[in-house]
Amino acid sequence: MTVFWSVFRRDWLLAFRQNAEFLQPVLFCLLVVTMFPLGIGPSPATLQKVGPGIIWVAALLSSLLALEKLFKQDFLDGSLEQLVLTPGSLPMLALAKVLVHWLVSTLPLLILSPVLALFLNLTWDMYWALLCTLVLGTPLMSLIGAIAVALTAGLNKGGTLLGLLLLPVYIPLLIFATSAVESASLGIPFTGQLAIIGAMLLFAIALTPYAVAYAIKVSQN
Amino acid sequence: MWKWLHPYAKTEETYVLCGRLYPWFLWPAIALLAVGTVWGLAFAPADYQQGDSFRIIYIHVPGAMLSMGLYAGMAILGFIGLVWQIRTCYMGIAAIAPVGAMMTFIALFTGAVWGKPMWGTWWVWDARLTSELILLFLYLGVIALYGAFDDKIQAGKAVAVMSLVGVINLPIIHYSVYWWNTLHQGATISKFDNPSISSDMLWPLLLNILGFGLVAGALACRRLQNEILTREMRRPWAQTLLLSNETGAK
Repeated sequence: MTVFWSVFRRDWLLAFRQNAEFLQPVLFCLLVVTMFPLGIGPSPATLQKVGPGIIWVAALLSSLLALEKLFKQDFLDGSLEQLVLTPGSLPMLALAKVLVHWLVSTLPLLILSPVLALFLNLTWDMYWALLCTLVLGTPLMSLIGAIAVALTAGLNKGGTLLGLLLLPVYIPLLIFATSAVESASLGIPFTGQLAIIGAMLLFAIALTPYAVAYAIKVSQN
Repeated sequence: MWKWLHPYAKTEETYVLCGRLYPWFLWPAIALLAVGTVWGLAFAPADYQQGDSFRIIYIHVPGAMLSMGLYAGMAILGFIGLVWQIRTCYMGIAAIAPVGAMMTFIALFTGAVWGKPMWGTWWVWDARLTSELILLFLYLGVIALYGAFDDKIQAGKAVAVMSLVGVINLPIIHYSVYWWNTLHQGATISKFDNPSISSDMLWPLLLNILGFGLVAGALACRRLQNEILTREMRRPWAQTLLLSNETGAK
């Protein structure tokens, strides 16, 4: 547990002392969402219909951009290797890094989400469902994404490869999340979909730290 | 009990084994496919509802079955490779992935061609079609990841992890898209006790499924041999083999 907190503190401080980059994914998400009303026309009814899907896809893409930096810097300056050599548990350490990453790059997105909902003319019920799915779904995205990011940390051609690896894996999350929001828009309870996303999240919390730890070792070769 | 498997951790033994298995896969495959395809396309009775266009089932169903079977095979190899640290398994994943991607493509393509006269459209966002498309992306991701590493030992471990992540995800994808939308017809031949297909239509289909499986086996053997040779180029046994000019025959 001490490893967890010391890595947590270190990454947290690092994120805030190098604050030039950490708002970029959020701005990117905002921009992607802005593109859609311009692309498909500003009719409120259309926007309300496609809105939840757009916000989710924008969140997926921006988290993909943000995830790429999860292990990059530590890999390049060698501190990832030092962390692997520490006697503490590597899965715990990986979990701490993912948690900080989520707090720093995805939480601002959740705080910004009312603005996105306003842009796309979502009703209050739809927004509430969207927020619930985002709260449960984005940590899942970061956890699964961390596996692929750790595997490709040593490669110089990250970007598109990461998308090719991760987007197919994210599809179920997208389906359940948008179906929850659709149920909410029809006034049907959406706890079923939330329960499935929550189950996937718990499963991921239990297993992915070990996969990420193994992937970090692979990248260290 | 599993001791007979141990020699195959050595790539040299696996190379020889693949060379021996290759003709046993290839020739029965050609025979089965010839009989099954001609029987299915020319002699099997036409469907009372779909007419002659149902005959594409003889290509479509084997392709679809193998696309999933090969992915499962890849994930099992990945698991064995990660748990027991066997290099040959990683090479096996690299050998199987393109074969699986090809089968997935065959299933998607013939499905689209079949869909046009039956459903009036090439493509719908239906459960089975979508999960098959995602399966194709998963294969392409594995191939791309393997190609991205210069160090192939590292690449092997990476694709093993990725194919396992994919295989955990496959049932989730399958059921999520199932609940989401569906148009594709239900299972036809897996209900063996009471199949919903007439037996003179079923036999050529079974022959073709077996034939496709054997072709995939033959291709995987050849690709694995090729992979082993490329990776072990500098080993003495590979060099003597290459110099003795027997590569084609074995």
